[in-house]
Amino acid sequence: MSDVITVRAHQFDDLEQQHEASWIGMWIFLATEVMFFGGMFTGYAFYRAAYPQAFAAASNRLDVWLGAINTAVLISSSFTMALAVHGAETGRRKALIRFLLLTIVLGAVFLGIKFFEYHSKFEEHLVPGHSFQFEGLLARPAEIFFSFYFAMTGMHALHMVIGIGLLAVMVVKARRGRFSTGYFTPVELTGLYWHFVDIVWIFLFPLLYLVGRHL
Amino acid sequence: MNAQRREHYLNVNYGVRSWLLTTDHKRIAWLYLVSVTFFFFVGGFFATLIRLELLTPQGDLVQAETYNKLFTMHGVTMVFFFLIPSIPAVLGNFLIPMMIGARDLAFPKLNLASWYIFIIGGLFTLAATAAGGVDTGWTFYTPYSSIYSNTHVALTVVGIFVTGFSSILTGLNFIVTIHKMRAPGLTWFRLPLFVWAHYATSIIFVLGTPVLAITLALVGLERIFGLGIFDPARGGDPVLFQHLFWFYSHPAVYIMILPSMGIVSELIACFSRKRIFGYAFVAFASLGIAIIGFLVWGHHMFVSGQSVHAGLVFSLLSFLVAIPSAIKVFNWTATLYKGSVSYDAPMLYSLGFIGVFTIGGLTGLFLATLGFDVHVTDTYFVVAHFHYIMVGGAVMGYLGGIHFWWPKMTGRLYPEILARLAALIVFLGFNLTFFPQFVLGFLGMPRRYHAYPPEFQVLNVMSSAGASILAVGYVLPLVYLIWSLRYGAVAGRNPWGARGLEWETDSPPPTHNFDTTPRVTESAYAYEKEPEEIYHFGATAHV
Repeated sequence: MSDVITVRAHQFDDLEQQHEASWIGMWIFLATEVMFFGGMFTGYAFYRAAYPQAFAAASNRLDVWLGAINTAVLISSSFTMALAVHGAETGRRKALIRFLLLTIVLGAVFLGIKFFEYHSKFEEHLVPGHSFQFEGLLARPAEIFFSFYFAMTGMHALHMVIGIGLLAVMVVKARRGRFSTGYFTPVELTGLYWHFVDIVWIFLFPLLYLVGRHL
Repeated sequence: MNAQRREHYLNVNYGVRSWLLTTDHKRIAWLYLVSVTFFFFVGGFFATLIRLELLTPQGDLVQAETYNKLFTMHGVTMVFFFLIPSIPAVLGNFLIPMMIGARDLAFPKLNLASWYIFIIGGLFTLAATAAGGVDTGWTFYTPYSSIYSNTHVALTVVGIFVTGFSSILTGLNFIVTIHKMRAPGLTWFRLPLFVWAHYATSIIFVLGTPVLAITLALVGLERIFGLGIFDPARGGDPVLFQHLFWFYSHPAVYIMILPSMGIVSELIACFSRKRIFGYAFVAFASLGIAIIGFLVWGHHMFVSGQSVHAGLVFSLLSFLVAIPSAIKVFNWTATLYKGSVSYDAPMLYSLGFIGVFTIGGLTGLFLATLGFDVHVTDTYFVVAHFHYIMVGGAVMGYLGGIHFWWPKMTGRLYPEILARLAALIVFLGFNLTFFPQFVLGFLGMPRRYHAYPPEFQVLNVMSSAGASILAVGYVLPLVYLIWSLRYGAVAGRNPWGARGLEWETDSPPPTHNFDTTPRVTESAYAYEKEPEEIYHFGATAHV
């Protein structure tokens, strides 16, 4: 019982109230994230309707296989995250730590592939700005497509980095035995965040990589 | 003597560390109070220079470029660093946990973090000011802000982006707290309307601010890395920026006015000694304003090249938002009817609020009318309208609230006669400053120019004279409130005989607000009953 008492913050009456407050707080935070990304999705929808051909042509310059592999990597990481939460739920600390680490590794793989993609776009002069080069009449709206590509995937990558940081904190806390079957809210909430970042990518992948593609 | 040695949140410990690392919502409210007061006078300084320049028709005090920077820094400072955080972060922070019988907000550390985020954002903006300022207007319209302006746009935008997260975290904290931390028996329809108003405000904080954050981030990325999302040269559409910007910034007006309305509801009930008329209507009007407020942003863009059909819809929706606002005004006046009204300083501010808010709200309907709006777009009519809401409404409510809860926050009474005088000066000075601007705008004087045709001078001199009276009205409370910290009369628990739960604990309150968790058996504003019949303090001491 003693560990149960120490994790309750003074402003709450009991652990249940604390747990529910944390859950609502996290879901509200995710709602703010939806609005944050929503601004960019709105802009994307507007310009894609305005410049459909340019968006298709520009989308064809992205590497659909790297995007697909990254999608698979990220979905797998959501699976390992779910297993980590399950490990915490059933009180298996080793499984918890193992799956948290695996999630971190998959997240890092995603960012590595993303970095490689950014690098090749830089070499192909597809980064918006003075060095941007794109053949044909659609060059200017294509630059808008790549502006969205870098803004949206960049914001997503930033969220991944933050997520990996949170996972690392969870690993440290789990190692120190801070979680029990009665208290593992931080692991659950980190999981929620991680799944959210995953879902953002599930929308980004088709919107950016699969426009007007004829495989 | 004994009462003075009692331990409370102010004397429980001393030193800079105990304040900068506090997680007590009441101390964090003080951190915010000091910070927003500082920003208020910074913004007021810019306003002073603007009004000085406009004393004469020719541009003689500052050059046109400097004038652009003055009104930009005035707007940025006042909107993002004073008006938006003022009531929620100061009074909301201090009062919400006490009004609902809680020991603190749900996330005290997050609350402190949000203050630090606010300060970091503020430092960015002050740095931009010190480095030479920004000249885009507080609206940062593209492509001027993204391509052409040579001033410190990026630094300012970063400051506002960062500060936005302070709003988001405050709103999140309030929503969770109001949902999960209410005392036993305190059902939703027993909550004070102040709490309802902050709940509605928090919804806007949480759903609106992220959109402003990403919009300003895209402007920043365009400036720094050459992205081209709003750049017309690359096929980008500046009107898209306006849509995204006003999607937040119109609801932001309701962030400023809703908490003020919450305060007015408390004060009207207390100083009329009556239950508020139509409680549920006033409560739902707050939510209605928050929700409809998200659907009216296009009325800022009637002349921006938005489609006529969109203009019609936005015009209609803007008319709709007047309904919940009018419900509040009618219910406040109905509350006064046959009440035993007393005219203490907070009440004077509330009555002033009702007057100027009515003028500000009705002129809002003028502006929502498509034909009239085209006539007065970008004139002083618009300036006068939103100052009636934001200065007349929001600031008067804020000052009324500060006076009303000052005894609770400090344990001291402010000097009443002086405070009534200040309230009167604020009311007169405010109207003298801004009413002539309605006329100026209607006659066609455009905003954002440092020079104007000579025939507008009389009205401009009236406005500047009013501004100096208003300044006296703002400095006066600063002086006597600080004076009262040491020399004010000891207030006691409930100097107003009010019925809110926050008055059922000592002034200043103990760190944990209440010695035992209260049980509530009556709805708010039960002025016909004694507090002992409403609130029951059990024997169970909490940890």
